[in-house]
Amino acid sequence: MLVSELKPFEEILGYLDGENKVFIVGCKGCAEVCQTGGEAQVLEMKQKLEGKGKAVTGYTVVDFLCDRALVKLRLKAREADVAAADSLLVMTCGVGVQATAAVVDKITHPACNTMNLGGVRGEWRGSERCRECGDCLLDVTGGICPLTACSKFLINGPCGGAKSGKCEVEPDVRDCGWHLIYQRLKKLNRLDKMTEIVPPKAFSKMEPPKHLRSTIMWALEQREKEVAAR
Amino acid sequence: MSLKEKIASSRFVITAEVGPPKGVDIEEMKKNTEVLKGRVDAVNLTDQQSSVMRLGSLAGCHLLRQWGVEPVLQVTCRDRNRLALQSDLLSAYVMGVENVLCLTGDHVSLGDHPDAKPVFDLDSVSLLQAVKGLEQGRDLGGKELKGSPRFFVGATVAPGADPLEPQILKMEKKVKAGAQFFQTQAMYEPKQFEEFMKSVKHLNAAVLVGIVVLRSAAMARFMNKNVAGIHVPDNLIEEMDKAEKKAAKGIEIAARLIREMRDMCQGVHIMAIGMEDRVPAILDAAGM
Ligand code: SF4
Ligand code: SF4
Repeated sequence: MLVSELKPFEEILGYLDGENKVFIVGCKGCAEVCQTGGEAQVLEMKQKLEGKGKAVTGYTVVDFLCDRALVKLRLKAREADVAAADSLLVMTCGVGVQATAAVVDKITHPACNTMNLGGVRGEWRGSERCRECGDCLLDVTGGICPLTACSKFLINGPCGGAKSGKCEVEPDVRDCGWHLIYQRLKKLNRLDKMTEIVPPKAFSKMEPPKHLRSTIMWALEQREKEVAAR
Repeated sequence: MSLKEKIASSRFVITAEVGPPKGVDIEEMKKNTEVLKGRVDAVNLTDQQSSVMRLGSLAGCHLLRQWGVEPVLQVTCRDRNRLALQSDLLSAYVMGVENVLCLTGDHVSLGDHPDAKPVFDLDSVSLLQAVKGLEQGRDLGGKELKGSPRFFVGATVAPGADPLEPQILKMEKKVKAGAQFFQTQAMYEPKQFEEFMKSVKHLNAAVLVGIVVLRSAAMARFMNKNVAGIHVPDNLIEEMDKAEKKAAKGIEIAARLIREMRDMCQGVHIMAIGMEDRVPAILDAAGM
């Protein structure tokens, strides 16, 4: 899941400086779950903007704003309202903002900050579990990712900063990842894993080759471009 | 005799710590160093301690050498990637710095530039490995060096951590990766330290027990609450509380701890945190 949080309202107003008419786009996917871009938040935003003297020419909440084709269809249906606006305010993750920008020739303002990818690679949502490091260490860590669970991405055991099992960064909410790993390995009777020296990470592997980064959709887009160029 | 030779000769060694200034006025740092000169075997130069931006550890070590004191360069993984770390190590060596202490470092969010990008490209274990690699004439990229350095390499451990086991497992890794000596987090409980020393006996590395000089009962309570791996027991806090002359009490406690723990380990590392002028008195009282 793409985790997002709403930007401060003042910042959003700043984006709209000098513009009077705006069209709002929300998303029923992750943004709704994060309460940053569902119908309720879009309506609330509309009201707040109108309270500041802005005209909202209309709004739409797309099922999955990261689906570019779907966004294109939805906005087509609201063509007149979109055309009447100076800009679009997109209340969702960075992918949604980019998908909107890709199908509308207007300024698209982000209303949110995208925090992390959470479980975007799977259905186990709720928290960030993988940083897509390209060289998985779950074997030595008992199945808990040290890159997301530890604030310093340590791969060879805990720093000296944990207190009562909590991380030195945000001790109120953040468990020490290495404390969790230690407890798990101890339970599995595999503490020997904690004595294996893990070599420095090859961060180059975090940059996947283009062909792996792109999907079948990319191929379709390429084709679209080629057709348009003809 | 260098720190390495002293430790090898199984003499009880004494190290202390000096913090570089936040700025370029080095007068106080010089004063603190003068106080320690002749009384300690080497002085650690902290590397932007607590993630607070300061004068660098490398420049600080260079100054210490000019002032006639053997330095220990503290290096953290927080601010530099593997290129910068290895480069700094080479620079240190050509400047005559032989002792390095490899640390992970506090997270940037705890310091005075919380918005900085934390690096942690390496961790303390891989930093130790990097040092070993340089000594063997190769960098982490596998490339050959033109002349290789020789260091006396240290690391840290928190004998008061709870649970202690992961700390010891990591300490084992550090030894495997090349750590030759350890300076510990502050210890206030000799019994606990004795237990710790028993459980790491097999590691064959010199351990210098850490002493943080107490200023007041409030400071002790603060450390208990906020600093990982430090526990000041109630009876010491009470002692500080009752004492009329806090400074004298802090000196007395530190000296007592050194006396009680000196036979358990190879040396002591005194972290006076701005009270360097009290170190000679502590050493006198401890009979050193
Ligand atoms: S170790 Fe790397 S690949 Fe494995 S879960 Fe963590 S970030 Fe993902
Ligand atoms: S306290 Fe634990 S999670 Fe936090 S940085 Fe240290 S090892 Fe990582």
